[in-house]
Amino acid sequence: MTSNGILRCLLYIGALTALAKPLGEYMARVYEGHAPGLERLIGPLERVVYRLCGVKAGEEMTWQRYSYAMLAFNGVGLLVVYLLQRLQLHLPLNPMRLGAVSPDSAFNTAVSFASNTNWQGYGGETTMSYLTQMLGLTVQNFVSAATGMAILVALIRGFARKQAETIGNFWVDLTRTTLYILLPLSAVLALFLVSQGVVQTFRPSAQATLLQPAKDSKGGIVNEQTIALGPAASQVAIKQLGTNGGGFFNVNSSHPFENPTPLSNFLEMLAINLIGAALCCTFGRMTGDARQGWALFGAMTIIFASLLALCVVMEQKGNPALAKLGVNQAATELQPGGNMEGKEARFGVVDSAIWATATTAASNGSVNSMHDSFTPLGGFVPLVMILLGEIVYGGVGSGLYGMILFVVVAVFLAGLMVGRTPEYLGKKVEAYEMKMASIGILVPAALVLLGTALAVVTAAGRTGPANPGPHGFSEILYAFASAGNNNGSAFAGLSANTFFYNTSLGVTMFFARYWIAIPVLAMAGSLARKKLVPASGGTLPTHTPLFVFFLIAVILLVGALTFFPALALGPVVEHLMLAAR
Amino acid sequence: MIRELKTALLMLAVMTILTGLLYPLAITGVAQLAFYRSANGSLIERSGKILGSELIGQPFDDPRYFWGRLSATNPAYNAAASSGSNYGPLNPVLLKAAQARIDALRAADPGNKDLIPVDLVTSSGSGLDPHISPAAAFYEAARVASKRGMAVRRVRALIAAHIETRWLGIFGEPRVNVLELNLALDRMK
Repeated sequence: MTSNGILRCLLYIGALTALAKPLGEYMARVYEGHAPGLERLIGPLERVVYRLCGVKAGEEMTWQRYSYAMLAFNGVGLLVVYLLQRLQLHLPLNPMRLGAVSPDSAFNTAVSFASNTNWQGYGGETTMSYLTQMLGLTVQNFVSAATGMAILVALIRGFARKQAETIGNFWVDLTRTTLYILLPLSAVLALFLVSQGVVQTFRPSAQATLLQPAKDSKGGIVNEQTIALGPAASQVAIKQLGTNGGGFFNVNSSHPFENPTPLSNFLEMLAINLIGAALCCTFGRMTGDARQGWALFGAMTIIFASLLALCVVMEQKGNPALAKLGVNQAATELQPGGNMEGKEARFGVVDSAIWATATTAASNGSVNSMHDSFTPLGGFVPLVMILLGEIVYGGVGSGLYGMILFVVVAVFLAGLMVGRTPEYLGKKVEAYEMKMASIGILVPAALVLLGTALAVVTAAGRTGPANPGPHGFSEILYAFASAGNNNGSAFAGLSANTFFYNTSLGVTMFFARYWIAIPVLAMAGSLARKKLVPASGGTLPTHTPLFVFFLIAVILLVGALTFFPALALGPVVEHLMLAAR
Repeated sequence: MIRELKTALLMLAVMTILTGLLYPLAITGVAQLAFYRSANGSLIERSGKILGSELIGQPFDDPRYFWGRLSATNPAYNAAASSGSNYGPLNPVLLKAAQARIDALRAADPGNKDLIPVDLVTSSGSGLDPHISPAAAFYEAARVASKRGMAVRRVRALIAAHIETRWLGIFGEPRVNVLELNLALDRMK
């Protein structure tokens, strides 16, 4: 790694850490019913929303009712996104006259955006009208993110309350997240991105005359370049902040109109993990012990930094097969060097590797380079990040509640070792909590492995991969990992816009999202009912470095035991093959 | 239960108006007023004709011009349907594409024995990359100079004037915009 590369990695982690505290404390206050600074501006709007929707702001919900409201809202949203895609030809704001999306693709996309996955089986600029992008996709970018954060806040209340029957009001949490957190941050980021060159317009495509006429694949002369435009900045901002990841254009943030400069790249990368990292701080503050939040933040950062280093080093080494052809892959002041296939010259290897690690640590899934073309161990990093469950900062809300499931397992294991009743934050962890945590951890793992197995044993699945050999297997594994953990990035060579993949991945995304969310809410309900056990000499402290490393060990152990055989068949074999050349 | 469903419908309608209509419209309004050029694609226009966008690359294979990254779109640099190659590092097609580019570069400039910078033989993520590394541009300088009958020194000076540096000296990579460089070449004559 070059010294500049190390500096860039450190500055990224440093910026994330510096912003976590102020934003985390602000969000805690939002969920406690205050919003310093913005209350006067947004308060009236908030009250209008409640009045229009018939929401009683002071009304509390049991976990069952909270879950039902969440599911009803997500179900309705899913249906609307489906209908918008099917009917877009007959609706306004479709200057390119794009036709109806096929039923299986529309189903896949509807689930994908409602579940905060943003897996994209389609190409943005060639498939979705401006109206579908705005009313369907952008709206879900906001509300699916807000849904995740609401579920997390409900879980935090479960720890913070004692002998309570309720865990908050879903409609209030949803509204306040959107109005006080997501909208203001997105507006600022979107305008900043426009200043860098991200497009934001309702004009149809521009027609440019090529400086040198080119030939197409059939030998015909091409004189013109059609340049797709659109209202991209407003969607890019929230796709990054809300860990959605669904791009306006097919190639996402490697497209110069989504991510034109190193500065826009840095801000978009920061936005990926900004809220997820800050929520650790929110968690600490709302449970009354800031150290608990920092302990989780520390565990996440250690995993992040280690895997990031591996990714940067492997990508910077480049492709040995290309080196044999007399190609210069050394990093100098005049060229980034390394494995540049699928990467943009303005970002080079380092900014691409940071992004790849960040976007899979979170459940974001946006890309600024093509993960499919990474070196085997470089591509191993995003794959492993996803398979660990995207709990390193993670999806907004979903990352931290996923991490808390692992914490519950960790305190349970520690309790078994020393023969004491496990506790976390003063709440006894009992059989019910362990069952819910196990479901939350095992369901995605099972979906990933079963889905991959189904794809490799069926002809419809095997026609997908674009690359031969173990890399083709990695493409399938990555697809189901991405869907089964609501990430949305891909080894994009896989032809996934088929009936088989649209359906199987759609079903996977659906269960991965809601079969974790409901156990988490059930756990919240159960925890809220419990008494607070005062800490004693026998209580395992959960803010110490010892516990942080124990937690990391539990996460890695579960991940390794579950996925090692699958990883061995994909990236590990491919690495050995590449090394042998 | 029915009550929550009704609230869900109303809430989605309100959120759609707020985040799906008002938010993008407001951003578009401010963007068009404050950042007109960049909001509309940073287009390069000359006497009413659009020559391209300074953010979107164009295909070049004439040896008189600088060549950019390989592009996986069809046709190359198709800014209406962006795409990467998605070839894995061992894919024979990737190595064939790289070899074809190497052969073309060597054939156009037989005297040049330097190693070829990697960004000239690989395709970009978007297929629309407007940039190459300064090393790649300097590699091509001798060919462009000889085909145009210019002094290599002048071409190298033009490249140096077109290098965009790292942000704050840290983030991103030094790079050269191929379309702008070629437009500048045509102006020099």
